[in-house]
Amino acid sequence: MTPVAVMVGANRIVQAAGIIHPLGNADLPPEEEKALRRRIVERALAALRTEVVQPTVFGAGADH
Amino acid sequence: MSALRVVVYLNQFFGQIGGEERAGVGPRAFPGPAGAARAVQQALGDAGRVVATVVSGDNHVAEAPEAAVAAILALVAAEQPDLVVAGPAFLAGRYGVACGAVCEAVESRLGVPAVTGMHAENPGVALYRRRAHIVATGADGARMLDEARRLVALGLKRARREPVGSPAEEGYFPRGVTRNTRASANAAQRATAMLLDKLAGRPVTSEVPLPDFPRVAAPPAVRDLGHAVVALVTDGGIVPVGNPDGLEPLAATRFGAYPIGGRGALDPGQYDNVHRGYDTTFVKQDPHRLVPVDVARELEREGAIGKLHETVYSTTGVATTLANSERMGREIAAQLRAARVDAVILTST
Repeated sequence: MTPVAVMVGANRIVQAAGIIHPLGNADLPPEEEKALRRRIVERALAALRTEVVQPTVFGAGADH
Repeated sequence: MSALRVVVYLNQFFGQIGGEERAGVGPRAFPGPAGAARAVQQALGDAGRVVATVVSGDNHVAEAPEAAVAAILALVAAEQPDLVVAGPAFLAGRYGVACGAVCEAVESRLGVPAVTGMHAENPGVALYRRRAHIVATGADGARMLDEARRLVALGLKRARREPVGSPAEEGYFPRGVTRNTRASANAAQRATAMLLDKLAGRPVTSEVPLPDFPRVAAPPAVRDLGHAVVALVTDGGIVPVGNPDGLEPLAATRFGAYPIGGRGALDPGQYDNVHRGYDTTFVKQDPHRLVPVDVARELEREGAIGKLHETVYSTTGVATTLANSERMGREIAAQLRAARVDAVILTST
């Protein structure tokens, strides 16, 4: 859904893991799932630390 | 039909009181058409009579709009008009905002129809087009009589309670009003005709204009997240079991504010999900797949963020109108600001 986020003008966008579980993945073992979630949240923190002037997508979080 | 009583509202420049040096003058009424109101009288012809011209300085209205509009309204009401024409304000920003405010107040508080005119880029258009009839004009007064004629044509229709056509037909900015009309062909026929026009390279006008998303300036980066309060917000529909706020499963008008009370994780047994736009099976099994309280708490403990805000905000983002989204966003932001939250992670499905 990141193209929609860009279209409506969200400024800092992090691609997450999917519509039905943006911050998780039920196919992964619990520890790996939590690690995935942590990577996405850390990417969001990195985005918050970064100056942007227009809608910007930060990395791909869908590494599952 | 007897001639309508018309009051014209102008700024100090078009009211011929003076230029920028007189922009501070307060509202006053002159009998009959003064300054640019003469063009309105000319456009009216025998259909109406400009009984008074109300003039106020741009800065006076811009600096204390509520008091100024109230004073203008009193002067207008005293003339018992059938119609109020404000401006046109062309590309003059303060003037356009004043004209919009005057039109809105005249209609909502006096019940008298009002029209104004502006250039598309006048800030008064974005602020008031939904609440006032604003005719599209050029950037300056070079074609004043032509523009006045268009304002008056729409104004007369409204004053006489005659049906008003679409924005495209009448030349005013869309007010965001949807009105049922009877079409001459059914939707399949119209869609086919549109496709044929498109294939042939003829101009095509959609019946469903796309919403115009206003640009929001990016907030500055948060330099020191280690001392920042970070809040979690979601449009993914998480609610406490029982949905105490009655969050709508779609087309939301409400949001919920749910305390997490210092807990390190969300207990799946305490939460439900009412969103009707995606399969919520997985986020019901583990709410952290939507609202990452567990890892945010870890990051708080490690000092990567200063503090996790103890309230999670939630709504359902599915078939939610732009207007409701904007309002809820403003309301949530106001609460977060009041709680001195520095940054937000909004998770969306």
